[in-house]
Amino acid sequence: MFCEKAMELIRELHRAPEGQLPAFNEDGLRQVLEEMKALYEQNQSDVNEAKSGGRSDLIPTIKFRHCSLLRNRRCTVAYLYDRLLRIRALRWEYGSILPNALRFHMSAEEMEWFNNYKRSLATYMRSLGGDEGLDITQDVKPPKSLYIEVRCLKDYGEFEVDDGTSVLIYFVCLVETGFHRVSQDGLDLLTS
Amino acid sequence: MSEAYFRVESGALGPEENFLSLDDILMSHEKLPVRTETAMPRLGAFFLERSAGAETDNAVPQGLALLPRLECSGVTWFTAALTSQAQVIVTPQPPMWLGLQGSKLELPLWLAKGLFDNKRRILSVELPKIYQEGWRTVFSADANVVDLHKMGPHFYGFGSQLLHFDSPENADISQSLLQTFIGRFRRIMDSSQNAYNEDTSVLVARLDEMERGLFQTGQKGLNDFQCWEKGQASQITASNLVQNYKKRKFTDMED
Repeated sequence: MFCEKAMELIRELHRAPEGQLPAFNEDGLRQVLEEMKALYEQNQSDVNEAKSGGRSDLIPTIKFRHCSLLRNRRCTVAYLYDRLLRIRALRWEYGSILPNALRFHMSAEEMEWFNNYKRSLATYMRSLGGDEGLDITQDVKPPKSLYIEVRCLKDYGEFEVDDGTSVLIYFVCLVETGFHRVSQDGLDLLTS
Repeated sequence: MSEAYFRVESGALGPEENFLSLDDILMSHEKLPVRTETAMPRLGAFFLERSAGAETDNAVPQGLALLPRLECSGVTWFTAALTSQAQVIVTPQPPMWLGLQGSKLELPLWLAKGLFDNKRRILSVELPKIYQEGWRTVFSADANVVDLHKMGPHFYGFGSQLLHFDSPENADISQSLLQTFIGRFRRIMDSSQNAYNEDTSVLVARLDEMERGLFQTGQKGLNDFQCWEKGQASQITASNLVQNYKKRKFTDMED
């Protein structure tokens, strides 16, 4: 039966536990495309023969190959699309710098897609929440306010936050009443 | 981890499968018995090219016999060809296909759907055993005892897509699917809502894929609720995806 290689690709992706990205199966994809090319060429010649030579008994065969072509296409597109869904999830779960192991699992085009996605997301996030933007990948729920008030407990010395403002930090504790106001980003840095 | 990964849902229970759904692709790869109404020449052709013989247009090349097929991860057809040059060729792969008129075969659902039409010019479809009268009475007697995973891991999805083939038993099939699900649903819901932090493999062993999905949704709901009760819902925790990748890194270092 045709399309066995395409099914292997699908099964490989399906087997990967929820959301994890297996290595890009370039070999497998190439084999699927070769099979499609062979099927297409056979069909081309049979169609010509059916039309000029009146061989209408070839039509079921042509249909058969055509179904296989459509199936291969479906499997390929679904494979690539599902991988993109997983790569997108990586941006939200992992952050914008991926570990090397993961990057080797991606093809060059997928890497490019990831960079474009990162850029779009960054542009969007910068446009939210005042001057500094809002990192929406931290939590799906919107924050109650853009700034969190913190109270300082213990002297830690001077500390420079992301955006360059240096802050006198003490051991901090999240409390409603406070003296300093730190943006969400700064807070995540401090709590990590 | 799965929080940010939203895969394409299966559409098999509805009128059409979802093109991009991996579950639907796997489901439609399952086989069903068909009868060919017409010969399909030249599909054994690329096989015959490897012999010295010229390409033949006959749908039944001389002396070709089908050996029983072997079930591996898919279906592998073993075909021995005795051509007029008396060469014996046995190829385990790729599967060799041959269309004989009036022969009974098992084709994957996607192929059967593609070749099927109302006038049944190319093939006519028979119902697999588990959707026929005999099994339908079993399901109506007690649906809970049946191991649906063994019966075909996509019982409901496959059955729903079978309705496309305009069998006279369609009304009965759809009723049977529905009643089977109704009969089994209660137990699935109960077990998914009460199995917290334990090994559930026994519970899901006899469920088909759709039911397993339901079970997992139930488990997720239960786990989320327990998280909320413990007050962990609003804490920042490392995502599962990240933790899994870190775990794997450890094993790489140990190797």
